[in-house]
Amino acid sequence: MFRCAVNRWCAGEEKRVDSRTIYVGHHPTPEIEAFLPQNFCDNRIVSSKYTYWNFIPKNLFEQFRRIANFYFLIIFLVQVIVDTPTSPVTSGLPLFFVIIVTAIKQGYEDWLRHKADHSVNKSPVYVVNGGKIVEKQSEKIQVGDIVCVKEDETFPCDLILLSSSREDGTCYVTTASLDGESSQKTYFTVPDTSAFRTEMEVDSLSATIECEQPQPDLYKFVGRIHVFSDKQEPVARSLGPENLLLRGATLKNTDKIYGVAIYTGMETKMALNYQGKSQKRSVVEKSINVFLIVYLCILVSKSLIGTMLKYIWQSDPANDEPWYSSKTGKEKNINQLVKMFIDFLSYMVLFNFIIPVSMYVTVEMQKFLGSYFITWDKDMYDEHLGEGALVNTSDLNEELGQIQYVFTDKTGTLTENNMEFIECCIDGFKYKNFVDSCVVDGISSNDGPCSSICGMAGKEKEELFLRALCLCHTVQVKEEDKVDGLLKQHGGSYTYISSSPDEVALVQGAKTLGFTFQGMENNRMKIQNRETEIEIYELLQILSFDPVRRRMSVIVKENSGRIFLFCKGADSSIFPKVNTGKQEEIRLHVECSAVDGLRTLCVAYKELTQDEYDQISTQLQEAKMALKDRDKKLADVYDKIEIDLHLIGATAVEDKLQEQAAETVEALRSAGMSVWVLTGDKMETAMATCYACRLFHTNMKLLELTTKNIQEFKARNEAKVHELLLELHKVVVQDKKYSSVSQLRSWSTTQEFGLIIDGAALSLIMKPTQDGSTGNYKDLLLQICQRCTAILCCRMAPLQKAQIVKMVKNTKEHPITLAIGDGANDVSMVLEAHVGIGLKGKEGRQAARNSDYAIPKFKHLQKLLLAHGHLYYIRIAHLVQYFFYKNLCFIFPQFLYQFYCGFSQQPLYDATYLTFYNICFTSLPILLYGLLEQHISIEMLKKDPSLYRNIANNALLQWKPFLYWTFLGLFNGLVFFFGAYFLYDNSTLTDNGQVYGNWTFGTIVFTVLVFTVNLKLVLDTQYWTWINHFVIWGSLAFFVIFSFFWGGIIWPFLKQQRMYFVFAQMLTSVSAWLTIILLITVSLMPDVMVKVLSKHPDKGRLQKYLVYNKAADTVSTPRSPVEPLLARSFSIES
Amino acid sequence: MSRQRDQAVLKNKPDNTAFTQQRLPAWQPFLSAGYVLPTFFLLGLVFIAIGLGLYFTSNNVIEIELEYTGRSPNSSCHHCTKNDTKDCKCNIEFKVDKTLPGPVFMYYELVNFYQNHRKYGVSRDDDQLNGDLKYLKEPSEYCFPFRQDGQNRPIAPCGAIANSMFNDSFVLYKVNNSEISKVPLNSKGISWWTDYNVKFNNPKLDNGTDLKQAFEGTVKPHNWPRPAYELDTNPENNGFINEDFIVWMRTAALPTFRKLYRRIDDGLQPGKYLVEISYNYPVLSFNGQKRVTFSTISWMGGRNPFLGIAYLVCGSVSIVTGIIMLIVYIKYQGQNIRKVE
Repeated sequence: MFRCAVNRWCAGEEKRVDSRTIYVGHHPTPEIEAFLPQNFCDNRIVSSKYTYWNFIPKNLFEQFRRIANFYFLIIFLVQVIVDTPTSPVTSGLPLFFVIIVTAIKQGYEDWLRHKADHSVNKSPVYVVNGGKIVEKQSEKIQVGDIVCVKEDETFPCDLILLSSSREDGTCYVTTASLDGESSQKTYFTVPDTSAFRTEMEVDSLSATIECEQPQPDLYKFVGRIHVFSDKQEPVARSLGPENLLLRGATLKNTDKIYGVAIYTGMETKMALNYQGKSQKRSVVEKSINVFLIVYLCILVSKSLIGTMLKYIWQSDPANDEPWYSSKTGKEKNINQLVKMFIDFLSYMVLFNFIIPVSMYVTVEMQKFLGSYFITWDKDMYDEHLGEGALVNTSDLNEELGQIQYVFTDKTGTLTENNMEFIECCIDGFKYKNFVDSCVVDGISSNDGPCSSICGMAGKEKEELFLRALCLCHTVQVKEEDKVDGLLKQHGGSYTYISSSPDEVALVQGAKTLGFTFQGMENNRMKIQNRETEIEIYELLQILSFDPVRRRMSVIVKENSGRIFLFCKGADSSIFPKVNTGKQEEIRLHVECSAVDGLRTLCVAYKELTQDEYDQISTQLQEAKMALKDRDKKLADVYDKIEIDLHLIGATAVEDKLQEQAAETVEALRSAGMSVWVLTGDKMETAMATCYACRLFHTNMKLLELTTKNIQEFKARNEAKVHELLLELHKVVVQDKKYSSVSQLRSWSTTQEFGLIIDGAALSLIMKPTQDGSTGNYKDLLLQICQRCTAILCCRMAPLQKAQIVKMVKNTKEHPITLAIGDGANDVSMVLEAHVGIGLKGKEGRQAARNSDYAIPKFKHLQKLLLAHGHLYYIRIAHLVQYFFYKNLCFIFPQFLYQFYCGFSQQPLYDATYLTFYNICFTSLPILLYGLLEQHISIEMLKKDPSLYRNIANNALLQWKPFLYWTFLGLFNGLVFFFGAYFLYDNSTLTDNGQVYGNWTFGTIVFTVLVFTVNLKLVLDTQYWTWINHFVIWGSLAFFVIFSFFWGGIIWPFLKQQRMYFVFAQMLTSVSAWLTIILLITVSLMPDVMVKVLSKHPDKGRLQKYLVYNKAADTVSTPRSPVEPLLARSFSIES
Repeated sequence: MSRQRDQAVLKNKPDNTAFTQQRLPAWQPFLSAGYVLPTFFLLGLVFIAIGLGLYFTSNNVIEIELEYTGRSPNSSCHHCTKNDTKDCKCNIEFKVDKTLPGPVFMYYELVNFYQNHRKYGVSRDDDQLNGDLKYLKEPSEYCFPFRQDGQNRPIAPCGAIANSMFNDSFVLYKVNNSEISKVPLNSKGISWWTDYNVKFNNPKLDNGTDLKQAFEGTVKPHNWPRPAYELDTNPENNGFINEDFIVWMRTAALPTFRKLYRRIDDGLQPGKYLVEISYNYPVLSFNGQKRVTFSTISWMGGRNPFLGIAYLVCGSVSIVTGIIMLIVYIKYQGQNIRKVE
């Protein structure tokens, strides 16, 4: 009787397009004249991308959509069509290799998906058909089928729970595979059908379900079921997410259930959630693209210059067509412009290696393989959780080294989210320290900082308060020990499970005070009171918690028939709803507790008469039945119900700081990052946490921009906020005048500012005013923020968190942001930031699932950023620069050679060398460098966070280093070419008087090139493991062996035996040897000088470190036995 | 329960190996002044030593270069540049002051001749030159337009390179008081051993008949005065394995190049010499030059001062840089110590 059935069935109601009607069991219902079978998709899951016959075209199409691949394809086609200097093989082979490898990888992955799909789609399921259970293949399930699922089976599609084998019409489900939450959740049957036990009964059901069209939100569902009983009077019930069993979830603790399929196949929520996240691109990637454009320009201009000079040179007929090299008739007849264009294309082909296809492959490999080092890191492994770091995308490894802003959640991120009930306040009296003395009346009062209000409340009040704690929650009791959730607390024989740790702490706390919640059966809550009597309450309604309202209520009925509403929530959301009770005392107590960093909740109640309740119930039912805007309507009803409450007390729960949270925050800040705390918690609690984790310190000036400050001016809130903003801005900017030097945010001794802003004030600032001057205030706020070293944003709604991140992200400087959080409320911010980090925390796995990287604890952020991020940035930046460098000095001699071969696009190197240069001779060393290099040891990086500043603002990929590398490449190219050129002044290089030809010339240049480029990496490598030795020396040895081998045989498939014995002949010449040695030395000398003269970051910093800390005894950094660098001195002077 | 958990923990726990933890034992070199400065000095000294050796070696090589293009009317070969002259011969006299110890190498040198032109460089068929009978009759497309003659007969050897083979010839005489004696020129071993023995082969018929029959059905290159099988009377130096031909086929790297012509095993004694040139090869049309060069050879090859000078410069730069760095190093080291104090 507690649920009032509202008949809102109206046959003539217009059918909305955005809803679907399902006939349960495909039985036509009497009410509907026209039985319109709708077409729904079948239950086949297709996660695979390709089929056997479309794999090749589709995969190729997708691969060539990448701009780089397309470029290489064009080059290849040009080579095939036009008569070009190099054979199509030279660029076709690498491209082919890359395409094939990618295709094989993707094909294999798709094959695995096909296999998985197949096994899922063909798996047997049991469907009720004609009163009997029939076995079907999973893919054959249709919308409207009634499916039977047994314990520990996975639901084959999204089902509405009709009946369960459990008495109370519930079933338990884990959604571990959907959202990672391993706790069991309770789902409810439709009340009218929960009585059905057998197939026959279920099959006799005649009902329709009207529900929204599929949408991906796992936690949202609205629908309505119309049950037609024999009396022909249809009954309508609302359906919510608590009735919807999702595909992919597993049935637990329940023998079997019957459910009707409503979403199938690709329309299930799981399938809809498969869509990938939007791609985030790192700054390094953007830099690569810029450099690529530069190189493309170099390529095009080289080709243009070559073409132009060719035609200028050819204007002399003696050069155009000497008698020994006469043209074919065909060549003569081609239009001059076409000829020029072909020449241009030929040059493009000849120089195309300047943009190497292998760079993309290497960068991808480096990122992919490199991310394993993050996963493997045992320092980021949490013993308690049994898990380490997780990399969801490897594209952002280097971005971790570029973070400028860190946005962190408080609860569960900075703190443990491991709640402990510390104290409470009942009717204005404070209770504390009861944990050790919890006997019947053992609540001892204690002198705290707010001692003036200490005392004892009446027994009646006490018990009411404790009952409220026991009743007002959504905690479940687990009888079994099988649960693997993290939220369990063994309370005698009870394990409490809840999605919110606060609630567990409160119920646990009530238990220690004598009131034990024993669980719920059939909507009846059992409580054991102090006299060990069992009290039974009927649970009438739950006004569930939501982050906007920030409170929850329950309506319960005592055995005696009295109806109570208990409400608990944040003080700010309770106090406006309260009209009686000792508000002042309790408010004081709440504030005191908050200052101690405790999380407070207020508890209030009111008694309802039956009439009042009936009214409420009707309203609620109406709201719940709504198909549209249900959430909003519900919220409105809740708001109306929760009024005129009587405040009975407050609770304070402690949330411990995570270990090393303070150290981590400090390290991040000295690494030059601004740390912002964004929390939904209230200001005092959040501030206490900020002090505890040393975000704020005592000599920091705190600026407040909160509703508290502007409350007096209720009418003109906006104006006041703006006024305040201007005022703060003045303070900050004025201060700036005195300390304009301290722009570096470094070790300055100037006044530091901290800013506290709350959600309400923020929304006022962000809200556009009538005259649209919001931008102005936003700018002001940003300027203030940029001057503040620490910023705390409290009372934030999830979307506001994302808004803040977005605001900072979109400023002029486009700083790199990182957001870290653990709960569902952090997801939006995690997705918004450049790098999103999820903590594998207690509030489920949503943040971790949506993040780019997931780590177990906040402290791991330190190593992730300072060590891994720094190293990956250095590695990839060097890798990219090196790639451009090595291809520039590869191609530049080829360009110079054009001046000496009549601009005829004659390749300098043999085709094999052209092809293998990037594939075999110089690829592995740089890849391994990109994986293993530690220019500064990990220990050092962790110890000295300020090293992180060295690479801030994409320092290694700015124009200066890029130009340095480019000039180095050009210089080397010049040295290679002209070294060989002057040597060839006399092409007699051996003592037998024989002369060498053009291929020997190219081979000398190429040998110098391969050695120089590899030795350049030798100079750059600071961390020589055996792997580095192996690949670098191995590559060089391979080059030599390959050259012997390649020149040692007359290759039957080659038309031209250009390289026959060229390499071996070259090595018989002492002059060639001496030239190679000389040219390598000359090429490397400038780089060596620059290296010696510039600062070595590790040692230089170490010295600085010593200087700064010479007073401190803690300095135990071993002084390096090597002599101090002159390097350092230069950098300090300059 | 707890055991289950422990197993899970163990399963997920990353391996504690040096590799996975990025703690592989590593050598961390450090370019400190202490290492680099001595290296610079040492390198400088070694380079200067090598440079001096190379420089003097190169200077000891004696080279005599004679230009005989005949562009200027004063030149003795000027008359051969006229269009209508056939089998033109001209003489150039030169004097040797110092003994050129044997072997002395005789080169011809061409200027502004682009053997490295792309279209020219590919115009050959290595299969044909290797003696492959199939390609002898059907030369590669690369040879076009020197693949077949007007009657579609295959050209052997085909291609632009072969067609433009250098065909001036030289005879060297020693002039002894108006008495002239021929200096013996050795043409053996002027090409790469591997080219002569492996890469180039004459086509061979199964019945072991002579070279002329093997070339049956082919025509000579357009510019050649006689077919390939009549290049020399010596069967070891005829056809595709004619060493002059092989030398020519190794295309030069730069537009000014020299190719080995003959070897004078006994060297040249001081005195007057005379080169008799059969002037056939036209170079004026492309502003070219022709030279004939006599050169002794050292262990480092022909005369080329570049390498020695380059080594000397590089060595000196290295030492100078070393000195500058040393000064800077000493100066700033003092400051650093003061600063730390």
